[in-house]
Formats: sequence, C-alpha cells, structure tokens
Amino acid sequence: MEALIQLGVLLVLVSLGFFVGRIAEKRHYSSIIRREQEQLGRPTTAARTVMGDDRPVGRSELVMGSVVISVDYFKRLLAGLRNIFGGRVQAYETLVDRARREAMLRLLESCPEADQIINLRLETSSIFKGRQKQVGSVEVLAYGTAVYFQSPLQ
Amino acid sequence: MLLSNTEGIPGKNIVAFHGIVSGSTVRAKHVGRDFMASLKNIVGGELKGYTELLQESRDESINRMKAQATQMGANAVVNVRFSTSSVAAGASELYVYGTAVTVE
Repeated sequence: MEALIQLGVLLVLVSLGFFVGRIAEKRHYSSIIRREQEQLGRPTTAARTVMGDDRPVGRSELVMGSVVISVDYFKRLLAGLRNIFGGRVQAYETLVDRARREAMLRLLESCPEADQIINLRLETSSIFKGRQKQVGSVEVLAYGTAVYFQSPLQ
Repeated sequence: MLLSNTEGIPGKNIVAFHGIVSGSTVRAKHVGRDFMASLKNIVGGELKGYTELLQESRDESINRMKAQATQMGANAVVNVRFSTSSVAAGASELYVYGTAVTVE
C-alpha cells in the first residue's frame, strides 16, 4: 500500500513537471525571443576595447544581469535516465540556453541608454544540487562594461 | 568609484596602481525561500527568490570591494571578475576581485 502511494506521488510529480514545465518553458522561450527582437542591433562584444567607433568615450560603468533557473521534475528524471546510457542530455541543454539568454537580456535591459557593451563575460554555476548529485538549478551571470559616448554638443 | 571589467576605464588614463582588492560574502538561503524553491523545482522555471538573494549578496561583495579600494586611496577598480562557488550544501560564496587604480 505504501509503495503504491509513493508511486502515485511520483506519477503526480512527473506529470505536473511534464505539463506545467512544458507550458512554462514555451512561455519563457516566446518571451525571450520577443525581447531579443527588441534588443536586436545593440552593439555587444566580447572584445576588450570599443570597436568600430572613433567617438570619444564619455563615461562607462559595470553592468550585470543574472538569473537562477531550475529544471522540472520530469526533465530531471529524464536526465537521470540519460546518465545510464550517456549521450546528449537535451533536458539540460534547454535549461542552460534559457538561463544564458535571459541573463544577457537582463544585462541589456539594465542599460537601455548605453552605446556599446564591451568585454561581455558569462559565468555559469550550479548553485543547488539535489539528491544523487543531480543538477537542480543553474545561475548564469552576464557582466560587461557599458560605454556611453560623448554627445557631439559637448 | 568607477568599476570596469576591462583593462582600463574607457576614455580615461590610469595614473597610479594600488593593487588587488576583493570582497566576498557567503550566503545561505533561508527556510522559507528554500521551501518555495523546492516547490518550484517540481515545475521548473526561474527561482526568483534565489535570483534576488544572489544579486543582493553580489552587491554586498561589490560594496566591500569598493570600501577596500577607497581605503587604498583609489578612485576606480578595473579588471573586475566575479566568481561563485558553493562552499557547502545550501550556501554559496560570491567573490569579486579587481585591481584598484587611480584615474585622471
């Protein structure tokens, strides 16, 4: 009887993860794509210096964007199964992809006036490990230097 | 206090070096947030509580680094780097370091 209850709980968790998680992911992706369209064309480089612009720099500041995202129960189970056979773990690929793109967007949205963002760096760390050393959630931090050019009037 | 993760402050000249400065915080998540996060772990998605917590801790690390730089008489920190490590189950360390300099 007890085993049956446990199985029931597991099934509920898995199906909850599968359905709700899938909807949430779809919604998140559509929000990412929409916001990426808005931020399109903003010069962002991983180079250390200002590129392709001779204007004098007025000021600069350190900008950051970070996010913590976790996988759902179903995907965690899937990834656990994947560990047996090896190979691509698609469940986690979307997790880190979402986190990176979200962090980048937050960085861009934090400085709407910046002319260029240089020396962009991304850092990923798993901040929470669940049972059996499985990855629970990842944190991605995007940081860079926002550069504001001097306005021609000055 | 100017901060930058490039070798210099763009558009400004460095006139003096003061050395490495750093700041760190070790934070643990509290039970309430942890409980909410474990619920969120079932359906996946952003853990807003953790995002905020880490952002707050990181700001604190930066403030500590700034204080150290001010003590050295610097007015800017260049080459700022961040690093996160989980020191124990449920706690993570946020470390930030850079080079304190004086710019014109």
